[in-house]
Order: sequence, then C-alpha cells, then structure tokens
Amino acid sequence: MDFPYIVEPRRDTGLYNAKLGIWLFLASEVMLFGALFSAYVLLRVGAEPGMWPHGWLNVYIGTANTIVLITSSITTVMAWVSCKLRQYRRFKFFHALTIVLAMTFVCIKSYEYHDKFTHYEITLANGKFADGHLVERSKDFDLAKKTGRVTIHGHEVDHEVELMDMQRPEARHIQREELTIPATDIKKMERYGPWHHTYLAIYFTLTALHAFHVICGALVIGFLWGPGSRMWHTDPERFTNRIEVSGLFWHFVDLIWIFLFPVLYLL
Amino acid sequence: MSLKAFHIVFITLSSALALGCGVWLLVSGFSAGGMKKDVFFGISSLVGAVALIFYGRYFLKKLKNVSYL
Repeated sequence: MDFPYIVEPRRDTGLYNAKLGIWLFLASEVMLFGALFSAYVLLRVGAEPGMWPHGWLNVYIGTANTIVLITSSITTVMAWVSCKLRQYRRFKFFHALTIVLAMTFVCIKSYEYHDKFTHYEITLANGKFADGHLVERSKDFDLAKKTGRVTIHGHEVDHEVELMDMQRPEARHIQREELTIPATDIKKMERYGPWHHTYLAIYFTLTALHAFHVICGALVIGFLWGPGSRMWHTDPERFTNRIEVSGLFWHFVDLIWIFLFPVLYLL
Repeated sequence: MSLKAFHIVFITLSSALALGCGVWLLVSGFSAGGMKKDVFFGISSLVGAVALIFYGRYFLKKLKNVSYL
C-alpha cells in the first residue's frame, strides 16, 4: 500500500504529509513555550520593586551561544539547498557542521550552569551578605555543626537588594577578592540554583527545556546525517523533504533562543 | 511555510536582535560607568546585523526559484 503525499504536495493544502505534521507539532511547541514566557512575565511583574535580578548572567557567553545558533541555522539551510541541488557531499559537510555547532551550544550552556551552581550567596551572622564563586571548603566544613571555613571569590554587601542589580555602574566595577569565612559567621549559604530566586527558577526551566530541544534536534540531524542518509540513494526527493522538516524544527529551536536571549540576559 | 520562508523570518529577527543588542551595548558603553568592551561589542553587533541583512539578500537571490510554501 502506498501512502499519498509523502513526496509530492497535496493540491489543496500545498503541503506534503511531513510538513503538515511538523507545523502541527511546532504549533503545540509554541503553546508550551508561550505558557512559560507568560509565566516569566507574570513573575517579573509580580516581583517586589528592586527585587528582580539584573545582570546575573554573562551577556558575552549568551552572545556567543546566539552566534553559534544563528550559524547553525545557516548551515542547516545550506544542507537542504545542497540536497535540492543534488550535492550529497556538500549536504554531508553542512549537516556535520550543524551537529558540531549544536554540541558547542550544549557545552557553553553546561559551562553557564556550572558557573551558577558554584556561585553562592552567603547570609552572614552580622546581617551582611557575601556573594561569589566557591574557591574551596575546608575538609571539616559543616554548616550545621559550625565547623571549618569556606573561601569564595566575590564581595560583601550590607543589604541583599544590592545583589539584585549587577548591571548598575557601581556594581560593574566592584573589585572581587578571595574572602575566607568561618562557618561560625555563616547564617545561611545558598548556591544560585533554581531554588534561590524565582528568576533562576524560570531561567533554568526555560533554558533546560530549550537545551533538551537542541539535544533532540541534534539527535535527529545526526540520524539523517548517518544511517538515515541511506534513503538518499533510493529516494532523494523524499530524503530532501526530511531534511527540510528537520530544518524547520531546528529553526524553531533557534527562534526560541532569539526570544530567550534578550528576555533573560539583556532586559 | 517552507524552510526558505522560515529562514527569512529567522534572519530578519536575528538582524533585529543584533541591531537592538548593538544599540543597547553602545548606550551602556557611553553612559556613566560604561566599559570599553561594551563599545567594542556594540560595534561588532551592529556589523553582525549588517552582515545578516546582506546574507538575507544573498539567500533570497540564491533561492528565488524555490516556493515560499
């Protein structure tokens, strides 16, 4: 039994089956990310004045990731164009580049996550706050038993609100130094995980979901580059359609990042 | 919508982002407490925006025979 409209488009819709399918799927994805973006807006609007963070993320790293994804969308399109022009070797080259760029994105994102999970806000017994990246803990460090000490590379402030806007001119010129704090002086010590602030909760939710999409997209592209590319020799037209469909998904993932980057890093 | 049409939408939005980012960095670089690297990256971002616009034109020319659907 032959399925119709696998290769040629249906006359009334102008679409072949897979393209219609991917657009329906992308519509559901728009609803998913749309709901999360709405959650972000509501959390931000509902935050107390001055308590929504600014400048907690490294804009330059975010920019590097943006460049990586924009470049990967160009290589995906070039792979599709190569298929249309029946240039198999060029297709292989561009699709391999897309996979490398996807992996680069994931590596950079992992570095950013690591940076956040080694970043601590320490509430001191004297009411002040120390903020910075963990350098080392003494072997006997135990916050519950109040033994040992911890060393961070950061700075100290009088009020927590001063840690919120790291984009203001004074905050950008803060001199960070190594601070060794005994456990007896620490009231509370918390890393910059999703539990630390609602901003970080929505940041991790949105970016982790996006990174999951990047990994899934890279797996599909990897399959079409490897074992899936056998179809090229039997049905090149249908294979080209598959590349277009994977390219549409990849562009959607890239487009989400184009909205995520300014919302989370710049505004 | 074909990949061609989606790519054009994507490149348009990317150049708008690069343009906005460039302006944001330049404003930040020239305001009180601004840094030299903000100005450098701001200019780089504007150059990137122009490059994306030129790439978009090249892409449209190259794929003029491919449908938008």
